[in-house]
Amino acid sequence: MLLATIVRLPVTYAAPIMQRIPGRQLLVPAALLPLVLFAYFCTYLSEIISGKTFSFAYSWVPELNINLAFYLDGLSLFFALLISGFGVFIMVYSAEYLRGHPLLNRFYLYLSVFMLSMLGLVLADNLICLFIFWELTSISSYLLIGFSHDNPVSRSSALQALLVTGLGGLALMTGMILLGNVGGTYTISELLTRGELVKSHPLYLPALLLILLGAFTKSAQFPFHFWLPNAMAAPTPVSAYLHSATMVKAGVYLLARFTPVLGGTEVWQYTLVTIGAITALLGALLAVQHIDLKAILANTTISSLGVLMIMLGIGTPAALEALLVFILAHALNKCALFLITGNIDHATGTRDFKVLYGLALNMRPTAVAATMAALSFAGMVPFLGFISKEMLYDATLGAGKAGFLIFSIVFISKVVAILIAIIIGYKLFWPRVSEPTPIHHPCGLNLTIPPMVMASAALAFGMLPGIMATPLIQSALAPIAGKTLFIELKIWHGLSLGLINSIMTFILGTLVYTVHSRIIEFSPRLTPLYNYGPNSIYQFFVTGLVKGSSKLISIIQSGYVRSYISAIVLTMVGLVALSLWNKVPLLNLTQEIKMLHDVRLYELVLLFLILPGLFFLFKTHSRLIAIAIMGIIGYSVALFYILFGAPDVAATQLLIETLTVVLFVLVLHRLPPFRFISHKSKRYKYILISALFGAMMTYVVLLVKQYPLHSELKQFYGDNSYLQGHGRNIVNVILVDFRGFDTLGEITVLAVAAIGIVALLRLRLEKGGKR
Amino acid sequence: MEIILPFLIGILFASGLYLILHRHFFKLILGLMLFSLGTNLFVFVIGRLTRGGSPIIDKTAETATVPYADPVPQALLLTAIVIGLGIQAFAIVLIKRVYQSFNTNDLDELRNAELIEH
Repeated sequence: MLLATIVRLPVTYAAPIMQRIPGRQLLVPAALLPLVLFAYFCTYLSEIISGKTFSFAYSWVPELNINLAFYLDGLSLFFALLISGFGVFIMVYSAEYLRGHPLLNRFYLYLSVFMLSMLGLVLADNLICLFIFWELTSISSYLLIGFSHDNPVSRSSALQALLVTGLGGLALMTGMILLGNVGGTYTISELLTRGELVKSHPLYLPALLLILLGAFTKSAQFPFHFWLPNAMAAPTPVSAYLHSATMVKAGVYLLARFTPVLGGTEVWQYTLVTIGAITALLGALLAVQHIDLKAILANTTISSLGVLMIMLGIGTPAALEALLVFILAHALNKCALFLITGNIDHATGTRDFKVLYGLALNMRPTAVAATMAALSFAGMVPFLGFISKEMLYDATLGAGKAGFLIFSIVFISKVVAILIAIIIGYKLFWPRVSEPTPIHHPCGLNLTIPPMVMASAALAFGMLPGIMATPLIQSALAPIAGKTLFIELKIWHGLSLGLINSIMTFILGTLVYTVHSRIIEFSPRLTPLYNYGPNSIYQFFVTGLVKGSSKLISIIQSGYVRSYISAIVLTMVGLVALSLWNKVPLLNLTQEIKMLHDVRLYELVLLFLILPGLFFLFKTHSRLIAIAIMGIIGYSVALFYILFGAPDVAATQLLIETLTVVLFVLVLHRLPPFRFISHKSKRYKYILISALFGAMMTYVVLLVKQYPLHSELKQFYGDNSYLQGHGRNIVNVILVDFRGFDTLGEITVLAVAAIGIVALLRLRLEKGGKR
Repeated sequence: MEIILPFLIGILFASGLYLILHRHFFKLILGLMLFSLGTNLFVFVIGRLTRGGSPIIDKTAETATVPYADPVPQALLLTAIVIGLGIQAFAIVLIKRVYQSFNTNDLDELRNAELIEH
């Protein structure tokens, strides 16, 4: 485990160096990495099979229970071997498939990053650590799907895969945190022993549903299956590796890993079996409607993933055993078939099986590999696919009440598999035709060896199941089942029900093959149905999100100052109203009315200067009159200051008003006439807002004045301005002595304003000229 | 008088805001001026009113004799008024410049100011 971590670092840092190496020579380090890892994991085989486990932990953020912890048991090792083993072949294959591609280095880097993240995912022993690797696989998948980034379809497919799996990732994270809190630990190996505690907790259900959501999006379960066929925009090696052999099984791994903690309850069983059954059926039905080989394979992958979920849901030892064998068989078969599709695409330039004929003539090695892989995929003796299929049938039939229903769904999935196997393994290659499809690029060894090896492996596993597969499957089964189970894989079960079913499957598959062309002809009629499918819903939401945000932005950020000001003012009025509503301080008006007697005549005179002034200000069309009225209002306010004991303020106000009027007249007299740009329809709205604001301010002042004011400052300055500041005018003493620095700040502001004014006046914005 | 000033403040705020909400630059400045007048009066009234009784210590006394007006709001006001002048002067010059450069009095037309070649 330590090695796996350490190896990660140089790979990451080697990226700039890798960039320099020409693509052809890069194959050696790129393929060596998974090879070394594979060999390294193989060294653990004997000890793991004997029942040992290994763990390694490095404290990362212990305060948040985040540790870089790794744990190796049978299940992890099973997946680690799959990931690293397939990694070698994919690297070798890509070297020729993408030969001469200018971004080959980048491709290798992405692929290596993906492989290491996937290894981290299956080895992680900490919930958060697992989540991080989970997201890393999503991100590397995004990069790989969008590898042909100049193609808009690739880009949108990549984004779709990222959004869907990323959404599930968020749910997964929440579920993980819930699980960690419920179980009292974030270490997975500890959590595995606390299944009862978790299952009896009230938060079990939300945690389970969130984790299931994460697993379903990753493993392309209905209704999130749609991203997987679209992800076929990726180069074929990526489809083979990520989207059939490894990454899409991450969800299956996750649920298998957590089976002892979360599994076995009714919710678990019903959800997994139902969703898995829908997915298996849907994938099978979609697969028969396509003519693009990659689309067909993608949909059968969806179907297989559904079957895997069903097995997890059934959860009996037989089902779990079938699960593991099927994972292995599916990885071998499907990966090989994908690579063969890649070969066909590479050689002929098309993946449309209707125009491909007689390929065996010029692509014999590929044809042999294709036939072997197809035979295994169809579940023929003596391939691993046969054992796997028999076990699936047995497990479903032993699943109790709904067993027959589940069986028939798996059966349909298998019938479609046989149909696909006949197409790829026979129809494309072997029938004699007068004009075989022309070959543009012959397939080299790099392209033919990987699928050949995989198909041979399926054969070898099938021929010698006792030696090759049993120990590994058995050690992988123990952590899921929670106890060691002794299993026996056999190619020949005798004349059992399973065998009869297999024969039935084959016969039915052949029958479907004969009517397949009619199904293909019929399938376009189903297109209207897909307009309501999850893919359309996704598109609807994504475009809706974009449109909605731009609409929202255009409302919020209208670009009109008055809208912003209105919003600010209305918010303020609303907040004040809210706090008044909550506290309900009553306004005592009787006292205020008594105070009306206190009003002096000359004060009223000032008031009657201001109010008509304001009235005429709104009426006038002359700028000069407006300025004069402003002067009158300012002077009146200054007189108020005099009346209420503020001579200094009054003096300043008078000065300032005079200055402002002078400035206005000086600067603005040369402007054009006072045009009326008003907005009649909206005028009432603005009058209302202004009136509301004014009323609120009045109310606030009245309310504040109702409460007595205790100003210690007044007392302090009254007592100390002569004794300490040696001035008799208290206001002046405050400004220049007690708060002298504030006055300095004020002067600075004035100076800045003055500099700004000078700069503005000197500014000459001429066309192309200097500022 | 204490009963009338709050209403005057409200009226000043309302008229100021109404003018600010206009598109015309000149009205915007008038609105700002009314708004700052209202704000100044607001601070003044919140500090309580005292008829007469300026905050000036008698020649014969060493401390102020009650009643005298609170000097703190007055000090604040002085600062506010002067800074208000700075803002007004800057705004007046700014609209003059804007008119010279963009030949408009309309605030809304400035939205496209980035597009105007100058």
